[in-house]
Formats: sequence, C-alpha cells, structure tokens
Amino acid sequence: MNKFIPFAIFCAISLALYVGLSLNPSNIPSELINDPVPEFALTEVGSDTASFSSETLATEEDVIIMNFFASWCAPCYVEHPFLMELKNRGYKIYGVAYKDRARNITRFLEEQGNPYTQVGADENGRVGIEFGVYGMPETYIIKNGIIKYKHIGPILEMQFEDEFIPILESAR
Amino acid sequence: MRIIATFICFFAMSLAALAVGVDEGRLTDPAQEARAQDIMKQLRCLVCQNESIVDSNAALAKDLRMIVRERITLGDSDQQVLDFMTSRYGDWVLLKPPFEGATIVLWFSPLILLLVGFYVVYRNLKKQKFITTAEPLSRDEQARLKELLTEADDC
Amino acid sequence: MIVELGHFALILACLLSFIQGTFPLYGALKNRGRLMSLSAPAAYGQFFFVAISFFALMYAFIVSDFSVVNVAKNSHTLKPLLYKISATWGSHEGSILFWAFVLALYGAMVAYFGRRLPKSFHVTVLAVQAMVGFGFYLFLLLTSNPFERVFPFPMEGNGLNPLLQDPGLAFHPPLLYMGYVGLSVTFSFAVGALIAGRVDAAWARWVRPWTLLAWCFLTAGLSLGSWWAYYELGWGGWWFWDPVENAAFMPWLVATGLLHSAIVVEKRDTLKAWTILLAIIAFSFSLLGTFIVRSGVLTSVHAFATDPERGVFILAFLFLVIGGSLLLFAMRADRLQPGGLFAPVSRESMLVINNLLLSVAALVVLFGTLYPLLRDALTGDKITVGPPFFNMAFGFLMIPLLLVMGLGPSTNWKRADLVGLLGRLKFIMLAALLATIVIFYIVDGGEIMAAVWLGLGLWLLLSTLFEWAERVKLFKSGFMARIIRQPRASMGMSFGHLGLAIAVIGISGTSYWNLEHQDIMRYGDSASIGGYDVTLRDTDGIAGPNYTAVKATFDVSRDGSTITTLEPEARVYMTPPMPTTEAAILSTLSADLFVVIGEANNKEHTEWAVRLYYKPLQLWLWAGVAIMVLGGLISLSDRRFRMGAPTRGYK
Repeated sequence: MNKFIPFAIFCAISLALYVGLSLNPSNIPSELINDPVPEFALTEVGSDTASFSSETLATEEDVIIMNFFASWCAPCYVEHPFLMELKNRGYKIYGVAYKDRARNITRFLEEQGNPYTQVGADENGRVGIEFGVYGMPETYIIKNGIIKYKHIGPILEMQFEDEFIPILESAR
Repeated sequence: MRIIATFICFFAMSLAALAVGVDEGRLTDPAQEARAQDIMKQLRCLVCQNESIVDSNAALAKDLRMIVRERITLGDSDQQVLDFMTSRYGDWVLLKPPFEGATIVLWFSPLILLLVGFYVVYRNLKKQKFITTAEPLSRDEQARLKELLTEADDC
Repeated sequence: MIVELGHFALILACLLSFIQGTFPLYGALKNRGRLMSLSAPAAYGQFFFVAISFFALMYAFIVSDFSVVNVAKNSHTLKPLLYKISATWGSHEGSILFWAFVLALYGAMVAYFGRRLPKSFHVTVLAVQAMVGFGFYLFLLLTSNPFERVFPFPMEGNGLNPLLQDPGLAFHPPLLYMGYVGLSVTFSFAVGALIAGRVDAAWARWVRPWTLLAWCFLTAGLSLGSWWAYYELGWGGWWFWDPVENAAFMPWLVATGLLHSAIVVEKRDTLKAWTILLAIIAFSFSLLGTFIVRSGVLTSVHAFATDPERGVFILAFLFLVIGGSLLLFAMRADRLQPGGLFAPVSRESMLVINNLLLSVAALVVLFGTLYPLLRDALTGDKITVGPPFFNMAFGFLMIPLLLVMGLGPSTNWKRADLVGLLGRLKFIMLAALLATIVIFYIVDGGEIMAAVWLGLGLWLLLSTLFEWAERVKLFKSGFMARIIRQPRASMGMSFGHLGLAIAVIGISGTSYWNLEHQDIMRYGDSASIGGYDVTLRDTDGIAGPNYTAVKATFDVSRDGSTITTLEPEARVYMTPPMPTTEAAILSTLSADLFVVIGEANNKEHTEWAVRLYYKPLQLWLWAGVAIMVLGGLISLSDRRFRMGAPTRGYK
C-alpha cells in the first residue's frame, strides 16, 4: 500500500471543507429558475377580488422584483427600508404577505412605508409553497413571468449591488 | 449581519417547531393516513434542519403535511407527491437521496470501499506471506512464549 | 478578579504547553537530559494552570458574573445550580476550554503514569500532547476567549437553551470530551512511536488501556446523548444520523477498531503500521468532529453559533496536526517491520476483518456526512443524505461484522480450523435461527430486516455465551473458580460482545415493531397502543424554577387492570422562551410505553394533543450499551493493563 494515500485523502477532505466554509448549507436554491412563475391568484390586501395573479406578472413589461414578507418576521423589518429605497430608485416591487392577517399587513405598511406596486395576501401560505419559499423574507427577480433569480433572507445594500444588479441589467 | 438576521428568522421558526401538536385534518382512512405518514417521513423539514416533516411542528412543516394529505386524497401516487415536493424545493427535501447520476457513487460507496479494503488487505498480507504449513516455533517465539508464561505467574 | 486570574492562568498554560512541546523534544533528539527533565513538570504545571482557568470560568457561571460575555450569553440567575455549572461547557468557548482542560489532564496522567517509560519516548509523547494543546490554547486566546468582558454589562443573562437543561445532557458533553480527548493519548503514542521508529508488544500494552479508557467514555457519552434525545426530544427517536452525531460516532468506530488491532500488536507483534494509522485516524476524527460542530459547514440541530473565521483557524490547525502526522506516517511507516505471521483463517484474520469493516463503516459515515458538502462545492447542487442512506449503508457493513464477531473469539491465534469451528458452532447457528422463527411466529411477523437483525443479535448473544462456556469449561469440576479467575481482559471482551448483542436485539425491536398513535384527547378519553389502554385523567398547571408547565396525568391499564399513572409535562421556559416536552415513559423488559402531552387544542384547555409511542425492547438497547461500557471497565481493571505497568519492551 502506498503510505501516502491516507495523507492524500485527508488533503482532499481538507480542501472540500475549506470550500465548504464559504458555502451556506441552509441556503437552498430555487428549482424554478428560468421557469414560468407558478400559477396563482391572490386577493390584494384591502380588497376581495383576486386581482394579483401569475397573469399580472406575465404581462408585466419591466423586470420586476417580487418580495415575500410578513409583519411577524423580524428580518423583514431590517430589510424594509432598503426596499423603500429601491422603490425610490425606480424598481418595481410586488409584495406577497406570507401567512399574515390583513390588519397586521396594513399596519406594517403604514408604519414602515409601502414600496409595493401590489401586495397579495397569501394567508394560508400556499402560494409561498408553490414558489418554494421556506423562510422569510425571500425575493425573486421576474421577467415576463419567468423567474430569473431567488434571494433568501433580507436584501442588504451590498448584496443588491453584487447579486441583483447584474441579473436585473442582463434581463433588461 | 445577514447571518444574524437569517439566524433570527430560523430561530423564530424553530421555536414553534419544538411544541408538540397533533394535526387536525388527519385522513379518516387509516390506510391513507399511514401512507401519508410514510411519505412525510421521507421529506426533510426545511426550517428545522435534519428532521423529517413528521417530527416538526414548524408552521411550514404543518403546511407541507397538509399538502401531502391533500394530494393523497386527490389520488396521487407516493412518487407523485414526492415529485411535487422536489419540483418546488429540489432534491434537498428528500431524506433518501435519489438513486441516479452522481448519487450512484454514494449508494455504492459501502461496496466499493469494502472491495478496495479487501484488496489492500490481500496485497499486504500476501507480501508477508500467510503461513500455510505448520512450522515449529522460531527461537524468538520460544523466548516470547517463555516470557509470557513467566508473566502469567506474576499476575 | 477571579476571572482575570483565570485568563492569566490560561496564558501561562499556553506558554507552558509551548515549552513542553519544544525544548524537551529537542533534548530527546539530542539526548540532553536536562532539557528532557523539563517535560513532566511542564505537563503538571500546564494542567494546574488550565484547571485554575477552567474553574475560574465555572466560578463566573456560578456567581452569574454577566460582565463576562460568555456568561451573559449562556446563563441566567434563575437557572438551577447544576445547569449553571454545566453551562461552563455548554457554550462554544467554554467547551473548547474544557477540551484543553481534559487534554492537559490526560497529559498530566501520561506524565505521571508513564514515568517508567524510557525517558526519550516519554518526553516525545508528552511533547506531541503539548503541541496539540498549544493549538487549542491559541484558538481560545485568539478567536474564542471565554474570559472576554463587556461594559456596560447586562443585568440579566440570555439563559441556556432549555433543551440542554437536563441532567442527561449536563453530563453528556464531559463524557464525550473525555472520550474524544482520550484518543489524543493514543495519538501522541502513535506519533511518538513514529518518531522513535519502533513499535512492539510493550507499546501496544501501553496504548490499549488508554484506548480502552477513551472508548469507555465515548461509548458512555454517545449513549447518554442518545438516551437524552430519546426521552427529551419527544418523539422517541434515539439516533438521527445528524452530522454532529456522526462526528462523534466516527471516532467511536475507529477507536473500536483500534482496540482490537492493538490486541494483535500486543499478542502477535504484527499489524503495527495499521494500528499506528488507526490511532492517528481515531484522533483525527475527534478533531474533525470539533471542526464540523463549530464551523457551520454542515447543518445540524446541535450546531453551536458558527463563525467562518473560527472555521478557518480550526481547519488550519487540523491540517497541521492531522496532515503532519499522516505525512510522518507515510515517511516512517516502512520502518515498522511486520512481526508474527498468520494463516488466512486465524484470530488475526478475524480481527483484520473486524478492522476492515469498522474502518469502512467509519469511511462510509464520513462520505455520507460530507457528500452534500462535496456535491455543493463541485456542482452547486443541494442534496440531503439522511437516515435512509445511513441505515442501508451501515447495515450492509454490520451484517458481516456481527457474523464474524460470533466466530472471532472462538478462533485460534496463528492458524485455525474453519470447518471444525463451524462444526462446533453449528448448533448455535441453528438455535439462533430457530429462536428468530419462534419470536417471529409469536409477534405475528414483521419486516424481513427485523428478522435479520434479531437473528444476528441472537447469534452473537449465543455464540458469545458459548465461547465463554467453553473457555471456563462450564460444569466441569472447578468451573466456578475458573469463572472468577478468568483474566479480566477476556471477561471484559465477553461483556462487551454480550452488550452489543443485547443492544442489537433491542434495536431490531424498537426499529421494526414500534407503534405510534397521535390523537386529540379530552378528559376521560382513552387510547390503546401495544396492549396498553391510556386514559387522560387530568391536567394541571405547575411552575418550576425557570419554567411553567402543563402536567398531565394518564392512567395506564392493561387488560382492564390499572398498572400505573404517567405524568408527562409540556414545559415553556422563560429565558430563552422555548417549549420543551418531558415525556413520561413506562419501561419494561418487553417494551417502553412513551407518552407525550402537547398543546391544548382549544381555548378552554379541555382538549389536548397527545402522542403515544410503543417501543418494543427499547430497554435492551440501553442495557446493552451499559453492559458494553461495563465490559470496557472490567477490561480496564485487568492488572496487566495498569497504566503504570512495567515496560519490558523498551530498554
């Protein structure tokens, strides 16, 4: 037996572990990249008709940002001011309030500001599951009804520059 | 910061995960409920790490359990239910990795490693030659035997 | 003040470990007696100071000194004293300090018990031990200082995860660390032997008790953790193949292999290079486990709050220690001349097969644990390798292992007669087979794998008893005296194997014949499971020192007659706010009845979520592992294994 084999195997393991340090194991990528958005129809917060649907996104001309949030989610409060800024920069953002009551959403938006073009109320969380959402907040980039990118966790300024802008630009 | 934020988020979710509840809306047909339970045991909970959704009381796990039950009542096969889950969350949700492509190496690893091991052992032992015929004790061994015998007396 | 003293003592221990790891080693290489004589005093001093440091931290926890960050983050004034103490090793920083403390403890033990070893070898072993310790001290001081202060300090601490506030888990980490770190001694001996360039029976006789000691601690620690998961997590599972469990299990597998291969080195003076390699790998797995738990590379339910910077530090340290020793092995192993020869069928061969299967099992567990990471790093795919894979892969390797275990102890050294052996044991095989069929008939069948495991467990049980009976010549004149005068090592082996057999039988029962039942129950409602009728009588709100709870009372009856009442609790802790379940378990030799009370299902609190589990032979599993540990301890008490036994081989 070549006595160096254990050492070689160990080197390979170390290398993998080193690479592993920069990976986030709890970050599960979307299965739906480059797929059309799953079909859904949500009532808008404060209305009874299903006016926010997959159709809305498919007919949207701009590249848009779709943000799943909830008033019960602490990181969403961290993220919110930045969403407001994105709105001011001219990005179009759709919101889905995940497993939240209309009253709480309204108050959340009154207090924190409303960056969304439309806010759908996903009360039972089914639309979230259709999208493969598993934590709050999560954000998608969608063009012509096709999902281009998914981000898990609150968006921070630096990540927006690094991850979102290239995709937003290329999709334009 | 992001790490902290995500941590808070997961933490908030996993808190609920520890409470024990019993699902409402369990299927009335025991055979179907058993099938549903069996499928749930194969699905990994997304927010609580390394548990199946059966064992978790996280809200998302609950929702997924209901979806499993719904699909079963709608007449889906076990595989169809699993396929729905993987189409949303990827192979990641399957506690049992699929047997295809790159995972074949994984599934066969015990056999491969065992065969390699046997080969290594065989080669090493061949080098030092198995004894196949009875041979008298060497002088060394006789000395060692003596030593061992006297040692036994010490004890 | 005491905290600063602890901090200062830690720095002193760090310096002493550096001295212990360098000058005496240089002295040993150059044969300078005065430099070498620094070694043992440095080891004692290092232990003294790190002990001061550890107890200073414990003191800070006991008096709830929240100006220490670590205490503020992990303790709370309302916590019972036991959990204030156990919080000392419950946090990341504290547990590393505990590692260093235990490492120095073992170092001091080697310094003391090994004083009759040849000087230069003794010094080398202690130097290796100290170098590992030095790495841990640096890690503590540079990245994870447990004595860091905050100002202004909080008035109250964050509390300890309530799941960890349990006697079982208070003692699980110390035992596990005693095991993990115990393997460092074997490691130091192995590296010392590589530096000295020789291994012989005396070396093996030295290594065996230390491996055995570490193995006993590891087994006890692992089973305690498993037992805790069983009664505390509330769904009656006891092994989840979680990365952190695997991280503790791999060193156990290798240590078990090492235990057996060291016998071959001692008795037959062969398999030396292999034994050295196993000794290195066993400790490597310990270190790897520490890395996995703390770096966040794998998701786990047990993970400490993670930090990539710490990850890089441990990885670099890991690379130096493990990579260095494996490289040393590669360069020096050829010097270890193989000794005694043996035939393909012999005790040696049986032990080689044991080693092969255990090592492959450890590798497979490693591969399965790291596979998601490898895949993610190479292709970016996220995938889960969960219990179904491990059960299959591990089971595949355990079947031949259990078969061979039944044969091994009855096999002669050097050369054995396989036909004769099988002839002697054929009745045992038949008996095991027959018993399996009878049991299957009685319990009305089950899965085929259940029969396989049950059969293997019975085979091991009977063959171990048979071998023992042959050895003591049972029922022939004077056999009582022979039973008592058995060498402790052989007695320990019998107990160890017997324990495993009982555990395997238990596993087959609890894994394949378990039942579960969940329901919403009102007062007076009954549910039946496994022949028991369980009636919810009442619930009551109670308050503990740092939690409130709902305590439910269940009447348990069988065939109409009341047996007992069970009182499970659903607790909600205050800091951090977190619910836990305290299951109530009725344990009998045939099965456990496991009752969990959950949330109220309605606002009036008259309907409750209840889960019932029926776990056949669960007690056998715990009894089995306890007997295994007992076997290890009996073996350890063998006079020939005295840690200070004279060392004939080194002159």
